[in-house]
Amino acid sequence: MSLMADPSATGRFGEFGGRFVPETLVPACQELEAAFIDAWADPAFRAELHHLLTSYAGRPSIITECTNLSDELGLRLLLKREDLNHTGSHKINNVLGQALLAKRMGKTRLVAETGAGQHGVASATAAALMGMQCKVYMGAVDVERQELNVFRMKLLGSEVEAVHSGSRTLKDAVNEAMRDWVATVETTHYCLGSVMGPHPYPWMVREFHRVLGEEARAQSIALLGDVPDVAVACVGGGSNAIGLFSGFVDDRTRLVGVEPAGGAAVSRAQPGVVHGMRSYLMQDEYGQVQEAHSISAGLDYPGVGPEHSYLASIGRAEYPNVTDAEVVSAFQLLARTEGIITALESAHALAWIVRAAPELRGQTVLMNLSGRGDKDVAQMMDVLGK
Amino acid sequence: MSERAIGSMEAEFRAKRAAGRKLLVPYITGGLPGWQDALRAAVAAGADAIEIGIPFSDPVMDGPIIQQASQAALEAGATPVSILHDARALDVSVPLAVMTYYNTVHHAGHERFAAQLASAGIVAAIVPDLPLEESGPWCTAADAAGIETVMLAAPTAPDERLPRVAARARGFVYSVGLLGVTGERDVLAHTAAALARRLKAITDVPVLIGVGVSNAAQAREACEVADGVVMGASVVRRLLEGGADAVGEFVADVRAVIDR
Repeated sequence: MSLMADPSATGRFGEFGGRFVPETLVPACQELEAAFIDAWADPAFRAELHHLLTSYAGRPSIITECTNLSDELGLRLLLKREDLNHTGSHKINNVLGQALLAKRMGKTRLVAETGAGQHGVASATAAALMGMQCKVYMGAVDVERQELNVFRMKLLGSEVEAVHSGSRTLKDAVNEAMRDWVATVETTHYCLGSVMGPHPYPWMVREFHRVLGEEARAQSIALLGDVPDVAVACVGGGSNAIGLFSGFVDDRTRLVGVEPAGGAAVSRAQPGVVHGMRSYLMQDEYGQVQEAHSISAGLDYPGVGPEHSYLASIGRAEYPNVTDAEVVSAFQLLARTEGIITALESAHALAWIVRAAPELRGQTVLMNLSGRGDKDVAQMMDVLGK
Repeated sequence: MSERAIGSMEAEFRAKRAAGRKLLVPYITGGLPGWQDALRAAVAAGADAIEIGIPFSDPVMDGPIIQQASQAALEAGATPVSILHDARALDVSVPLAVMTYYNTVHHAGHERFAAQLASAGIVAAIVPDLPLEESGPWCTAADAAGIETVMLAAPTAPDERLPRVAARARGFVYSVGLLGVTGERDVLAHTAAALARRLKAITDVPVLIGVGVSNAAQAREACEVADGVVMGASVVRRLLEGGADAVGEFVADVRAVIDR
């Protein structure tokens, strides 16, 4: 059996996961679970999703071999180009799946949280395509540092609400989206943006991203004649990493999920319960959730998806962290050597590869380039100077 | 299922119900400046029990007022330990319950948290993000320590679910008044009476409506079906705006109207 098989009946990956939601949402989660199981087994649903992924999202995404940077680092670096998907990141895979499912369930409205705005833009896009209403919650701090994506969402016909509570970032956007869902559950689907939240979300979102891991595995074998030695992805909630890992978890490939130093939930290895799941969580001595701090809004999250906690706990994947300064360097490096402007989130994965390059010498390294960096250019102009 | 033990709060509620009294349970955010005085004022004004909120950083079932109170209490340095320490010194005549989110319980550990509650004189706990399916380990620890775990029932629950929720409830069943988070509303939602009526038909555990019961008139309306009410945001807003006296006056007003 695969190490990334279906979770237990209670939505557990090992001792992580579960469904810790207000009673009001329990029937909705149960209904969603049943609807997902039914749809995922239905060839017509799969065909419709496949059609959208290929004719709308632009799948399969290509693999780019970085010849210049490979020489510089002394390894063979491949990029899985999720940045080339429609809307500019891997998020579209999950959102198209969830929006199709929501329609199938008779829901007319989506709510979503967003950090950097990538999931918000993807949700707004799917809502526009499928004729659904959409409201996106975004921390007030992130609204400010990602104003381009805010405008995109509005162009796409979505409402964007700035969240002023708590740390005013992704964590609080999730809280506010859940509060909306508690009040609107009869008509609304919560289009959660990562492999987190209550069961069935961590499982369902992984299944919707599995396509990128399966593509990456086939492409690696075609190109290398083998799976890569190392597969690397950034981790906030962890959806692009789980997608990549799903392709290689049962192979010999070393799996590396890179967290920001200011949001390193896995390194601290302290289980907690928030946003419907039991997983590793940054918290104080009384269990108050701590604020994450990262240069990238999309990774500014104090928790992590439960399957990552599981993979860490059994030693199958490792979760180092990198500093904002390393990320900024990596962001510049990829632009200069390969002509690719990466999202700051994905730059975390590259930052680790650069740091680890001496020990990775001669190895094949596949990195998920989860998103493009257009949204970060204004912020980097402030950081680096004009 | 083992025999269902009736705890001290539930016994008191049942006795009061039998005597024709409607139950009034105000919620007060622990650790908010002046909360102990407000709690005593609420008891003096006729509360039948008090729900003490232990503030949590991410209160997903709470609307703006209780979010604001939780944040203020945390900024004032409140912790579960400090609130329970202060609760021990309250010496009031009615049962005390705590309301907190599950990570507070999980982080302390089930047995340890239950013991901390018991030694602070708390008799019941409400954990709004711990639904029936996840409640087993906590309930086992709470039962063993004599802590009554109040279960929430929601308007979205199908009929087959309500008897299972009620069977696990101790103290009372918290009948969630509306689809949404805590906070004051202009009118009592139509879902409030509907759910309470469904619960009354399947359980003899006291049924109290909470969430969206905002003033004396709404409390009276809720009590036409339910055995009582929990009132949170309306009480906490008065504590934030007018202090303990304002809480006392409000609770006295509600008491008078539901007793009429």
